[in-house]
Amino acid sequence: MTGEATATAQRSAERWSSWQAMDSGRLLLLAAAGMLTVAAIAHSATVQVVAPHPAVAFGVLIALGELLRLALPGGREAAPIATAGAMAYALLMYVGQLPGHGRLDNVSPLQVIAVAAIAMTIGALPHMAAGRPVGLTGMASRLVAVSCVAFVFRPLTGIGVIVSHWWLAAAVMTVLVISGCLIDAVIGALIRADDLGARFGVALWDEMRVQWPLGAAVGASAMIIVFAAETMGIAGLAVFVVPLLVTQLAFRRYAGIRSTYLQTVRALARVTEVGGYVEGGHSRRVSVLAVAVGRELGMSEPDLLDLEYAALMHDIGQLSLRDPIPGGATVLVSRPDQQRIAELGADVIAKAGVLDRVAELVRCQSLPARGDSPQPPVGSRIIRAANAFDDLVGASADRDRSVAALERLRLDTAYEYDAGVVEALSEVAGRRRFSRL
Amino acid sequence: MRGVVGRVSRAAWLYIAAVVIVAVALIAPMRFDAHGYLWWVELGVLQLLFLICDSSPTPLASRQSAWSPSSSATLAAVVLLGPAGAGLVGGISVFSLRRQLGLAERLFNGAMYALSGYAAGRAYAALGGPVGKLVPDDVPAVIWPFAVAAAVHVVTNHGLLWGAIQLTRAEGRRRERVRVESSLSLLLASDLGYAVLGLLIAALWTVTGAFAAVLVLVPLFVARWAMGQFAEQRRAYSATMEALCQAVETKDFYTRGHSERVSRGSGMIAREIGMRPDRADAIRYAGMLHDVGKLGVPTKVLQKEGALSEEEYAAIQLHPMRGLEIVREIGFLDEALTGIMHHHERIDGKGYPMGLAADEIPEFARVIAVADAFDSMTSNRSYRRARGIDQAVRELRRGSGSQFDPALVDAFIVALQREGWRLPEPAAAPLDHQTVTVQDHDDPTAPLRVVESL
Repeated sequence: MTGEATATAQRSAERWSSWQAMDSGRLLLLAAAGMLTVAAIAHSATVQVVAPHPAVAFGVLIALGELLRLALPGGREAAPIATAGAMAYALLMYVGQLPGHGRLDNVSPLQVIAVAAIAMTIGALPHMAAGRPVGLTGMASRLVAVSCVAFVFRPLTGIGVIVSHWWLAAAVMTVLVISGCLIDAVIGALIRADDLGARFGVALWDEMRVQWPLGAAVGASAMIIVFAAETMGIAGLAVFVVPLLVTQLAFRRYAGIRSTYLQTVRALARVTEVGGYVEGGHSRRVSVLAVAVGRELGMSEPDLLDLEYAALMHDIGQLSLRDPIPGGATVLVSRPDQQRIAELGADVIAKAGVLDRVAELVRCQSLPARGDSPQPPVGSRIIRAANAFDDLVGASADRDRSVAALERLRLDTAYEYDAGVVEALSEVAGRRRFSRL
Repeated sequence: MRGVVGRVSRAAWLYIAAVVIVAVALIAPMRFDAHGYLWWVELGVLQLLFLICDSSPTPLASRQSAWSPSSSATLAAVVLLGPAGAGLVGGISVFSLRRQLGLAERLFNGAMYALSGYAAGRAYAALGGPVGKLVPDDVPAVIWPFAVAAAVHVVTNHGLLWGAIQLTRAEGRRRERVRVESSLSLLLASDLGYAVLGLLIAALWTVTGAFAAVLVLVPLFVARWAMGQFAEQRRAYSATMEALCQAVETKDFYTRGHSERVSRGSGMIAREIGMRPDRADAIRYAGMLHDVGKLGVPTKVLQKEGALSEEEYAAIQLHPMRGLEIVREIGFLDEALTGIMHHHERIDGKGYPMGLAADEIPEFARVIAVADAFDSMTSNRSYRRARGIDQAVRELRRGSGSQFDPALVDAFIVALQREGWRLPEPAAAPLDHQTVTVQDHDDPTAPLRVVESL
């Protein structure tokens, strides 16, 4: 009995701490989305639902879209069909085959939000049942973006000039859809900056670069739905998303190969460990550390990907050695040997023919930050420092050891290591946040 | 249709001429002067849409089932412009932007698409489908004629194409066996897609006019862009994997290129036994990675002369598990993992690491085992010269049923006869004596010598 009580208390404490761990930005977003949802549902419950058929049809489409989520590069998640469906519902003006000429100017923004919120929740239930992440943050972000569009556009549907000129309506819709996507990107960037310790400007740029092609397809599809519904009614709603479905299929394959690629490089980078050339987990730790430092220094996502690959494979040159270096710590071997390992590794990577920048990073990792030769690229300087740090500290979580290692690196900033990189490294190591990646 | 007609025989020319004449004879006498200025503008836009969609198809499932929605433009024309317009939209494919098409192909494509469009338009009109801009009241009435029109389009299109393929085949030129990878269901799905898209364009046209084409093209262009990225990433992926596998092989002079050749051999067997394309891809990767675990075996064991002690033999027997340990995290490789882990099992159950027999051994592992042994026998080793292909085939036959799966050995031999085998560059004597394996664990003709302990 007491044991059970303790266990329950412990569990609730854990839950509490996980709430605490959630940063303020995310909490704010969830609170905003929650308030919108409550207000919208309360409103819809008091007044009668206007045009129930389109409401149900769009609800089903949004729920299905939420079910068919799409993983994007960089651990992002999108729900293009749900977003397009919700945007279209917010932008809907006429529906063919409805009584009363099908004008929908009296559908309030709150009704749109209520339908979207309920449908998204229903669509997320199967994910929850299957034990996948619920993706509350993404849903909240989508809902906020759709709400903004709905609040601006619903009142406009009462204005005759806009309703009777399709090109005017299309222009307004284009502006609104782009703003909606921007809002989604800003929220996504804020959350990522908070989560990963990236700079907001860089995170926003990355977010827009990844999202814009899909955003364009989603926006166009929302407008396709709006205009096609005027002639075809809502019976053909599934037909209207066919182009977007094709897009989603293509993106799924693209995102799939990207993640397989990364997994493969991660796995194969471990051959040096299995072969006894380096300590277990070294490549992975160096890559996590290097990426965290790179992010701290404001590197963009494509550069970070190159850095991650280079850091994972930085010791691959050791495979060409007949006998492993004792302990695998390259920081302890002579400079010509370090250079030889770097050259051999770079040659291996360059053979692939597609990773030239990665090969260059690996090649330059043995150069001192302030030597006679031209300064190595920042990625190489980061790998050099991260590698040295991990050779000295290893898997140990001992704080003193990490401080001592950082001290040693700092003493060498006149020649060996880049001072800025070492400062970022100590910042990152102090937070130990990179372990959360 | 690309490359089906190829070098054109007289019979094929006659066929093409007949199709062109029928198309012109049917479409040219139609009355065009009845149409207003707007009709011609719409025709131009739809023709442009056809050419854009046709210019570079979106490969969705595989290279064989590229999705080029140009037929959607024709089907939209069936509703918007009627039979004559649909024929003219299809006929524009004479001016296809794909430069590699020859004159015969262009003429045939143009006539074929024109005829398909015209026939679809006729069927649509005959069933009372409303021609022109759709109004909401038309909608239930449009569905049935349009469905029939789409079906007529598909049948005419594939029928004419089938005739062309038959004729070019009848020339008696030896062709590679063309496996029709796109199954019927896939074909139907894509045809349904074209039809749906065509109707969607027609419906949008009522409200937004030619802007409908722009709206529909945006998602399709994004899809094409994503597929381009996919193809690029896939190329990069294969190249990177190959480079990393080569790096693993540098430890041993004589086995260089082994992974790549086993990958190729496994792929040949997979094709021969008709494996699904995605599984055939996976088995190529598995073949590439099958010996990656050898890195976990100490160099001095791999290069030992003379009999191995039991511990040393155990270390070698562990390499499939070591390999598994390395590649386990690669998500897509599920089935490939079993291939890597069991590639040294034998049909008679005397293999390692688990001593599985016959059907207990996963198919991937049985395939890799054949390719693996064959490459080992046809490569130079420090203790013998490479055997010829015939001799290696004899050895495979001898091991068939005891060491190898007989069906797969047969499949491999058939594939060998058809595609041939590129032998490794004869390995010259290595520069140093540090990277030489004296015994090869893959070689079925020279089993590892192990000291028997009592």
